[in-house]
Amino acid sequence: MEQLKTIGRELAMGSQGGFGQSKEFLDLVKSIGESRSKAEEDRIVLSEIDILKRKLLEPDVPKRKMKEYIIRLVYIEMLGHDASFGYIHAVKMTHDDNLLLKRTGYLAVTLFLDEDHDLIILIVNTIQKDLRSDNYLVVCAALNAVCRLINEETIPAVLPQVVDLLNHGKEAVRKKAIMALHRFHRKSPSSVSHLVSNFRRKLCDSDPGVMGATLCPLFDLISEDVASYKDLVSSFVGILKQVTERKLPKSYDYHQMPAPFIQIKLLKIMALLSSGDKSASEMMYMVLGDLFRKCDSSTNIGNAILYECIRCISCIIPSPKLLEDAAEAISKFLKSDSHNLKYMGIDGLGRLIKISSDIAEQHQLAVIDCLEDPDDTLKRKTFELLYKMTKSSNVEVIVDRMIDYMISINDNHYKTEIASRCVELAEQFAPSNQWFIQIMNKVFEHAGDLVNIKVAHNLMRLIAEGFGEDDDDADNKLRLSAVESYLQIISEPKLPSLFLQVISWVLGEYGTADGKYSASYISGKLCDVADAYSSDETVKGYAVTALMKIYAFEIASWRKVDVLPECQSLIEELLASHSTDLQQRAYELQALLALDARAVESILPLDASCEDIEVDKDLSFLNGYIQQAIESGAQPYVSERERSGGMFETTDYHSQDHHEVTSHALRFEAYELPKPSVPSQASAALVPVPEPSYYSEPHQPISTSSSVSERESSEIKLRLDGVKQKWGRPSYQSSTSASSSTPPQAANGTSIRSDGGGVASSSSSKPRSSYESKKPEIDPEKQRLAASLFGGSSSSSRSDRKSSSGGHKPAKGTANKPATVPKENPIPVPDLLDFDEPTGTSDVAATDPFKELEGLMESSSQDGGGSTDVMGLYSTDASAPVKTTTSVDSLLSELSDSSRGTYHQSQTTKGPNSKEALEKDALVRQMGVNPTSQNPTLFKDLLG
Amino acid sequence: MKVTTRGSFPISYESLRVKQKVRGGVHHQGPNEIGVLGVSGIVKMIKAVMMMNTQGKPRLAKFYDFLVRCLPVEKQQELIRGVFSVLSSRPENVSNFLEIDSLFGPDSRLVYKHYATLYFVLVFDGSENELAMLDLIQVLVETLDKCFSNVCELDIVFNYSKMHTVLDEIVFGGQVLETRSDEIMKAVEEISKLEAASNSISLVPKSVSGWRGGR
Repeated sequence: MEQLKTIGRELAMGSQGGFGQSKEFLDLVKSIGESRSKAEEDRIVLSEIDILKRKLLEPDVPKRKMKEYIIRLVYIEMLGHDASFGYIHAVKMTHDDNLLLKRTGYLAVTLFLDEDHDLIILIVNTIQKDLRSDNYLVVCAALNAVCRLINEETIPAVLPQVVDLLNHGKEAVRKKAIMALHRFHRKSPSSVSHLVSNFRRKLCDSDPGVMGATLCPLFDLISEDVASYKDLVSSFVGILKQVTERKLPKSYDYHQMPAPFIQIKLLKIMALLSSGDKSASEMMYMVLGDLFRKCDSSTNIGNAILYECIRCISCIIPSPKLLEDAAEAISKFLKSDSHNLKYMGIDGLGRLIKISSDIAEQHQLAVIDCLEDPDDTLKRKTFELLYKMTKSSNVEVIVDRMIDYMISINDNHYKTEIASRCVELAEQFAPSNQWFIQIMNKVFEHAGDLVNIKVAHNLMRLIAEGFGEDDDDADNKLRLSAVESYLQIISEPKLPSLFLQVISWVLGEYGTADGKYSASYISGKLCDVADAYSSDETVKGYAVTALMKIYAFEIASWRKVDVLPECQSLIEELLASHSTDLQQRAYELQALLALDARAVESILPLDASCEDIEVDKDLSFLNGYIQQAIESGAQPYVSERERSGGMFETTDYHSQDHHEVTSHALRFEAYELPKPSVPSQASAALVPVPEPSYYSEPHQPISTSSSVSERESSEIKLRLDGVKQKWGRPSYQSSTSASSSTPPQAANGTSIRSDGGGVASSSSSKPRSSYESKKPEIDPEKQRLAASLFGGSSSSSRSDRKSSSGGHKPAKGTANKPATVPKENPIPVPDLLDFDEPTGTSDVAATDPFKELEGLMESSSQDGGGSTDVMGLYSTDASAPVKTTTSVDSLLSELSDSSRGTYHQSQTTKGPNSKEALEKDALVRQMGVNPTSQNPTLFKDLLG
Repeated sequence: MKVTTRGSFPISYESLRVKQKVRGGVHHQGPNEIGVLGVSGIVKMIKAVMMMNTQGKPRLAKFYDFLVRCLPVEKQQELIRGVFSVLSSRPENVSNFLEIDSLFGPDSRLVYKHYATLYFVLVFDGSENELAMLDLIQVLVETLDKCFSNVCELDIVFNYSKMHTVLDEIVFGGQVLETRSDEIMKAVEEISKLEAASNSISLVPKSVSGWRGGR
């Protein structure tokens, strides 16, 4: 064991005995550490348990020994063995007066017991006593135990003491008392509801640590009831402002950030408070803007705060300026090499995309890189993002990707999730029904039994109902394509049960519908299924009923039915099946084969699965009959058994059977219409399959007009209204009217792109060397993917790129061009290449604009306005185009210019030690920071 | 109620079933409930702190989530093993974050950091900030480093109770209590001092040990 190689250290450990371990404990740890297998470890632990059991029973164990035994028990329990035989000794130890022993006792007890353990009652008294102790360490230990052990019933026993401790002299105690109270609130809000005001009061505690602790319960309280804490917005903003202005003692700094954890908590709370509240949001603009400028994004914690700001902005009603800042922070995250930051970037993108949909398009390549990253976490996060930005124009690419990924993973849990997402997206955005069926087939094939059964039923319903419009042709085509695809798949081994059910059902209903396949062919296939999956009764049942339908259709159309020998044997086998269900189906099939065409046709009409079945529970249609019977001297109602015996005498056994079935299973009240659900909720829901609506008005077999209008009214149902229509609910992409017109364009774009890639690479050879220096080439494959994922931008970005390179070649004379180019473009969208390589853009603008900016900067510094000017200028210039989404491109070039400019400025202002500053600055920039000149203190920190 | 419209009735059970299922809106156990925990509770907290070595031996495990704490020891062990098997399959140079709904219920995240022979693991839910949690691990490790001057796995193994003391100062009842490592150190040292004092006294016969510790 490499970590045990330093024997000296080990010995020192033993002799040091700061916490008094004996040789035996060391030996135990060591031997467990050295054990080669789980079995060996278990053996060691079991023998240790034996020893401990024996020792604990000995009379008069010295206290020090006892303490060690208990530590050993804790250790054993951590390794996963039951140490409950020693719990009582730990409980006893908490009663001890000695602090060391008491703490050990508490430690063991808090680890051993949960709130509802029987032994808790033995400790409550001790805790009560200890909470009143003069030694604050004892109080702390007791509070710790309170937090872990006190349950709803025992809260009243310790509550008064804990409340008293809120005003304890030591801040450590106050903090813990608040936490304990918070815990009580979580356990049983009613028990402490009268004390909630304490949390507000403690927000003004003299100690910032206590204030910080108070934020935890307040966060909980506010998330439960936002309205009653609105008045605190200004206080929170004030606190956050003070924190960011470093008004807290220096000791709260962590990696040069002032109290970052408190900042994060405050941001979370404010996000809650200002969500959807314009005036509250406005109060935060200032401080959020400050944070974006002040946060040191070279440290992890700085980025944590930046991320929290992004999250906050995604909750409140942000100003355009803040959105810009957030987008900028995200782009920094995405461009970083750190996977952690990329993850945060993707997450942030997913949050912001709800507010401003064009953000993602700027980062398409980064997103695709993340999608192909070996890091699974990142990949999943990216899929989540794609899921959020799916629209009808890119659904095919995204769902294909998801399915590929779904096939590649083994983790059933995630497989289920991604399968349900595929289904959801396919249902919402399917461009065609063929595609939908294909996707469903793939999902069923690979995720099989992980898919919710409702998905299968929805699929069957889709195939059965068609598209709600009276386009029988299309419906039939769809069914035929489904049947064809199933006949292909059916012979594959080991299909999931659910999929087989769908297959059998569809084959039964529509297998012979258009005469392409003969009844004997289909029935042969169905028999194969029943044979191959003979252990699966449900599949068998479906198969038999499918057979029955096929034969029924044959009989009804006056064709001669010859039952295949294998079907015959299957029927015979099932007649003797142990499953009554299968037996019944087999008998029914047999009975049906003996009937004539007319009877069969009314029993199993062709394509009738969509007909509504009305059931009159009251059997009122029998009133006349009963009346008649009574009049002719029959007994009135006597008992249920007799009634059913009497009444069904004349009806055939099928319908009798039917009544029995329905009385168990069918619901007769009207089904409620689905509530339109927000997509994000749907993703959190277990298996988000839209609830289909159903109407069971009597005497009304599906009226299309009402169904169409109903469909429109509820948002998330299947959209089956036809290919040309816009699918699904309005996508997040509200502003992309472009995307609706894109499909032809996108196709066009990709085709151009494929040969355009060659052009680009050949033309790039000399003038664009600076482009290539950082990232040699962008895989055309990726570009194509980007184009298809991000839809409309593909074609335009292509043209954009062309023009920018055109502006490039004629060299310096037209260096101003990048800023003007976008205006000439019909659909100005960011050039992805340019965006990805800011060095490139800044090179494009290398000479003139740079100097211009420098000049600007000089003049601004003369103005005395100083540092803020660059930023202000940039914002006024840039915010307008961004708002109208016309030229993000120019913003970008400006952005990189301005960063250059500031870079330059810092260089010049620093004077003598500029070299060192330069190095630092370079380092900082490497970490993905754009040092702005706005925050001199930040700079000072960075530059030492 | 009215009489059924259709005189005869199709025997096809499936079409019935399809309708029933589709109409009735069967509520199914979704993927999120598959986890070991079975039930989901909305908690805004750190759910667990774990340390384990690179061979998967737990070195410290503390659960804050009530649902996990109620589990029998074996189940908790299963969780630890599950976490380890996920961690050990992670390649180098990837992010420190994981989504771990499959083990800890919906919306569970995990942040880990690999130091020498040890994994430090924090499990929490969506209300926390991943990057901040990463820094919380940093706080813990920095503090331990100050405690043991150049901390290594051995220190953690042999100073089991001290580890808990440190951890209790940082995370209290699933909430972040203190992040200033100096402050944590101060508290821990004070405890050690007192414990040492009371320890020496406790060796003296019982009659003296009525002493209550430093006033």
